[in-house]
Amino acid sequence: MADYKYTPADFKSDQEVRWCPGCGDHAILNAVQRALPEVADALDTPHNLFTFVSGIGCSSRFIYYMKTYGFHSVHGRANAVATGVKVANPQLSVWVATGDGDSLAIGGNHFIHAIRRNVDLNVILFNNEIYGLTKGQYSPTSKLGKITKTSPYGTVEKPFNPGELVIGAKGTFFARTVDMEVQLTKECLVQAAKHKGMSVVEALQNCVIFNDKTHAAYAGDKATRAEHTVVLRHGEKMLFGANKEKGLVFENMKLKVVTVGQDGYTLDDVLTHDAHQRDTTLHMMLAAMKYPDYPVALGVIRAVEDDTVYDRAVERQVEEVKASSKIHCVDDLLHSGATWEVE
Amino acid sequence: MEQTKVRELQDVVIRFSGDSGDGMQLTGTLFSDTSALLGNGISTFPDYPAEIRAPQGTVAGVSGFQVHFGDHRELNPGDYCDVLVAMNPAALKANRKWLKAGATVIIDGDSITEEHLKKAGFKTLDPLAELNLDEYNVVVPDITSMTREALKETGLDNKAVTKCKNMFALGICFWMFDRPEEYALRYLDTKFAKKNPAVAEANKLAIKAGYNYAANTHQFANNYTVAPAAREKGTYRSISGNVATAWGLCAAAEKAGLPLFCGSYPITPATVILEELAKRKDLGVKTVQAEDEIAGICTAIGAAFAGNFAVTTTSGPGLSLKSEALGLAVMTELPLVVVDVQRGGPSTGLPTKTEQSDLAQALYGRNGECPVIVMAASSPSDCFHYAFEAGRLAMEHMTPVVLLTDGFIANGSEPWRIPSMKDYPKICPPIVDVAPEGGFMPYVRNEQLARGWAFPGKVGLEHRVGGLEKDAVKGSISHDPANHQKMVDTRAAKVAKVVDDIPSQQVWGDAEGELLVVGWGGTRGHLQNAVDEMRREGRKVSLCHFNYINPLPHGVREIFARFRRIVVCELNEGQFANYLRQNFQEFHYEQYNKCEGQPFTVVELKEKFESLLK
Repeated sequence: MADYKYTPADFKSDQEVRWCPGCGDHAILNAVQRALPEVADALDTPHNLFTFVSGIGCSSRFIYYMKTYGFHSVHGRANAVATGVKVANPQLSVWVATGDGDSLAIGGNHFIHAIRRNVDLNVILFNNEIYGLTKGQYSPTSKLGKITKTSPYGTVEKPFNPGELVIGAKGTFFARTVDMEVQLTKECLVQAAKHKGMSVVEALQNCVIFNDKTHAAYAGDKATRAEHTVVLRHGEKMLFGANKEKGLVFENMKLKVVTVGQDGYTLDDVLTHDAHQRDTTLHMMLAAMKYPDYPVALGVIRAVEDDTVYDRAVERQVEEVKASSKIHCVDDLLHSGATWEVE
Repeated sequence: MEQTKVRELQDVVIRFSGDSGDGMQLTGTLFSDTSALLGNGISTFPDYPAEIRAPQGTVAGVSGFQVHFGDHRELNPGDYCDVLVAMNPAALKANRKWLKAGATVIIDGDSITEEHLKKAGFKTLDPLAELNLDEYNVVVPDITSMTREALKETGLDNKAVTKCKNMFALGICFWMFDRPEEYALRYLDTKFAKKNPAVAEANKLAIKAGYNYAANTHQFANNYTVAPAAREKGTYRSISGNVATAWGLCAAAEKAGLPLFCGSYPITPATVILEELAKRKDLGVKTVQAEDEIAGICTAIGAAFAGNFAVTTTSGPGLSLKSEALGLAVMTELPLVVVDVQRGGPSTGLPTKTEQSDLAQALYGRNGECPVIVMAASSPSDCFHYAFEAGRLAMEHMTPVVLLTDGFIANGSEPWRIPSMKDYPKICPPIVDVAPEGGFMPYVRNEQLARGWAFPGKVGLEHRVGGLEKDAVKGSISHDPANHQKMVDTRAAKVAKVVDDIPSQQVWGDAEGELLVVGWGGTRGHLQNAVDEMRREGRKVSLCHFNYINPLPHGVREIFARFRRIVVCELNEGQFANYLRQNFQEFHYEQYNKCEGQPFTVVELKEKFESLLK
């Protein structure tokens, strides 16, 4: 454990933050700037190794507000650019700031393949269920029937649940947080950074202008969150409610919400969260829980270590081949195979 | 054994052809490599269908490999062939038009069956009469049955034995042209010995059987020798354009002292570059086989930002997909080499055929004012040099470079005098290691207008780049009108300034005359052969062949001014001619264009040039 004594201020750039007043992005930025000093110490990562990559969208402006190396790329390509950065130099701590349009629509392919390869990136997925920068069109996470400028009669397409997508693409780490829960966001980000392999932290984020209160029914304020979300922590019981009186049990191949002490359910019946379980079944169910039938799952839902971390595997293979090959420089290469002399 | 007449020839063109599963590419490669080892000049041209196994026995499924070898340096694979090896009637039909007068035609007699003739679209049961081959030296050995007979004791099944018939044909050609078998035998040992030694033995037996058959029968009037080419002293190897490109990129990385990164997506005919670089982990090369073309270039851009020498390799349709990201590399002013191995277009077009029709796309195919360096290689072996140059210019000038090759030079191969890396210059990108007083400003430039390259990980140089217009100094986002104008001008000036860092334009032949032939890229072999032949016939013709396209080198105007007529020859409908019209408006340009998916022939070029001299 290093002791760099960084403060959030060390990660704040001199650029004026230009998100709308009341935008959920402010809180997420705040959480990231608070998380990095802790990450730096926990992973012995000095300031100069932090690199942020983004695509296009409101959230992708993020990199300009971080006093780190930053690359604001083109729409949808953040995960591909970040893959290149990380493979080129695996020493770097590479972070991706991206949105539901950027990573789940135009950049969906790069998103799932970065997950499948298990590149050691830390992806913060800002999910406001809307296109904000283009001023209010529906996104691939907008709820079915959502009325927007491009769906004046309501959408007729079902949304992605990012958690299901990540786990389905063989994701090794998925967490979910809410923009206003700065402490929980920070906790998820630190866990994400510690995870070896690709980690995705979905931040349920409010767009105050074009999709205000989209998450309000379950995440609007503290009291609502207590009733309609469950914060999962590895090794802890899946309890929620104002007094932690409610819990999740597994019954008839399904998750079920029960009240402890009622209908014969005891605390022992309530599931204990195992984020390290390789089997995806329960993680998938937890990630898929939807309001109003279930509490929305927050916290680290899945964190499974896997030895095939892409950038490290590439580097390892390079070292192995270097050690065994007879070709050590371009001159060797040019003279390899069949050659002949002209006297 | 009776004496056979041995005739000495200056050069010979052999075309091996058969079904796309008949192993014609391997047969041709073994023949050309054997000849190269004997010191002959070599040029080869693989011509194969896009389908891996096109319908058997049909003309569409014919795969060919042409080898031109001689006692001098060959510049092209030859228009017409002296020997055609046809493994079936379809191959005979497809290649009838490429026979030189009096050529030798070898066709597998076992393949002349009603079924095969029907598939190949013959109307009668006599393909030789139908194709009017009376004037040719046609030999019809029963290659399939003789191969089976020769291999009956190998214990292999009928299918495996039949597969060796291409080696029987190779044996015949080895005898005809007095080639030793050793190289091919050794190759087969290495290729099959571990996996399947029985197959290696069978193939070797087939070569020997074919050789003995040709030596013992009197079907072939002569055998021939071709003397080695007079060449500069040195160590030589055979190399294809795609491999040379891959190795040139490795050389640039080595001379820059940076790791090579390649992000690419497989696409014909460029894939071999990615395959070759994937082997080069021994030189520290990292390859990402990306999920698509866009990810190919985007991973490369990310790697360039992180301080690698980054490249992406593709063909025309892939370049279309990469355009937006190429603009990002222009905007962020990162070094990047994009190799476009051109093929017939538009759209999927002719994946396995050659064309030069991506020039306009390379020059202009992006949104905004978006200049990049554009250059082109002109032979299989000079792909090495131009790939190196592309890397040097990209890194030293902090800009993307599009390097155009094409299917013809990418798949073709030729002997190459192996250079020594000590003769290549060190590459010195403007890498920044220490923050200057007042902090690092990412868009501060050197005298070449290249900005500083500060990789993540360097202490105190943290900065942000991106696709939004940047302040000319600080690199922060700027929507200021005057700043945008300044940045547009600066990006253009930076690329224009490269003209001082590339060689002046050269002319091949006399510096003045009646006709100046102008070409670019992979057509040089054919153009130079045509010009050379006409010059030997006393015509006042010269060649001005371009490898640097944007910027155009110094000296072009002076060269053009000294000729009465100018003809621009290219395998497209006039993209370079129009580019020259735009840049040098005072000249009149004739054009010779072809979009058949095939290289020029020397014959057609000479006809055109003669007509212009009248």
